[in-house]
Amino acid sequence: MASLKDMRVRIASTKATQKITKAMQMVAASKLRRAQGAAEAARPYAEKMDAVISNIASAAAGSPGAPALLAGTGTDQVHLFLVCTGERGLSGAFNSSIVRLARERALALMNQGKEVKFFCVGRKGFEQLRRTFERQIIDNVELRSVRQLGFVNAEDIARKIIARYEAGEFDVCTLFYSRFKSVISQIPTAQQIIPLVVEAPAANAGPATAYEYEPEEDEILNGLLPRNLAVQIFRALLENNASFYGAQMSAMDNATRNAGDMIRKQTLIYNRTRQAMITKELIEIISGAEAL
Amino acid sequence: MATFHFDLVSPEQLAFSGEVEQVDVPGIEGDFGVLAGHAPVVAAIRPGILTVTAGGTQQKIIVLGGLAEVSEKGLTVLADVATSIQDLDRAQFADAISAMEEKLAEHEGSELDRAIERLDHFKSIQHQLSATAMH
Repeated sequence: MASLKDMRVRIASTKATQKITKAMQMVAASKLRRAQGAAEAARPYAEKMDAVISNIASAAAGSPGAPALLAGTGTDQVHLFLVCTGERGLSGAFNSSIVRLARERALALMNQGKEVKFFCVGRKGFEQLRRTFERQIIDNVELRSVRQLGFVNAEDIARKIIARYEAGEFDVCTLFYSRFKSVISQIPTAQQIIPLVVEAPAANAGPATAYEYEPEEDEILNGLLPRNLAVQIFRALLENNASFYGAQMSAMDNATRNAGDMIRKQTLIYNRTRQAMITKELIEIISGAEAL
Repeated sequence: MATFHFDLVSPEQLAFSGEVEQVDVPGIEGDFGVLAGHAPVVAAIRPGILTVTAGGTQQKIIVLGGLAEVSEKGLTVLADVATSIQDLDRAQFADAISAMEEKLAEHEGSELDRAIERLDHFKSIQHQLSATAMH
């Protein structure tokens, strides 16, 4: 049985851990607020972009000269999974749920005889995917040193992806990230970004507005599609960031509560043991006195 | 004077939203002014200065490329970067220009043409800035 001193040390160490998790929870909460603000600030742009692009693209999609980013390569033999995860752990199931979704999709596609390649954004996803799909990971971007996510980061990733697409390395690109629904609920999401899925304009929207284009329609579309890719990635990164802090906050909240339970149990055992020792010593003294 | 709705959004924020009387947009094929009831247009924009007139006052905003859309709902500008003139860090802007000048040598072919064109746009913004500063 552990001595009283050992028990005191253990209680102290649990208390120290609890302080750390409590601090991490509060840091995550304040960062979450900022991340959520950034995700919301980016929303209007992405929505307007969607509206404009679906307006132009629905007209161009059927035509033979449509850009490859919109029309695709004609097959879906090689898939690229762009898996966005966090840079750090201690966030509950945040990273592994994104990776699990990607892994399930990948296995399903590979069973159908397709080829799957991975492009990892974030260290955690890379480490987890490396265990099963080491050879299929073609690139890995770490955003570790990035303090504030900017649009530039997303543009860099988009540029790399487009270069690989134009080199014919894959036919379909799917983006994996975690959508931020609320602090306690983050939904791992898969979204196809190449070729772009254009929602058909709603039937009740009336006739589409006849726009004048300046310069020509296809020229605008050619400039817009790569941009839209960057915007989608940027949105995913921001949502991911907010989800990460949400997940971390609830994970650390749990940890703090568990540590509290543990401290209570350990203190109880400690007090009982201490009491038992006092009683034992008293009995020894009394029986010693009686023997005289 | 009749007003219309104008939204200026960049990927990082909603830079302007409200009722305005007139907006002058730097289009790739020339500047154009938008008033209420403008015909629907989708136009690419070049790096330049966008002038917003609302309630008799003018506000100048620097946009670095993007897209403008006019529909019956109003004008929407999707700007790559949107900075109000007051907020612009001029020294940083000058640095960006000299960095671009240095990088010119790395480009070639049609990319070189594009880089030069972009540099020219930046320089004309800087010129206009120093011109307004003197008034």
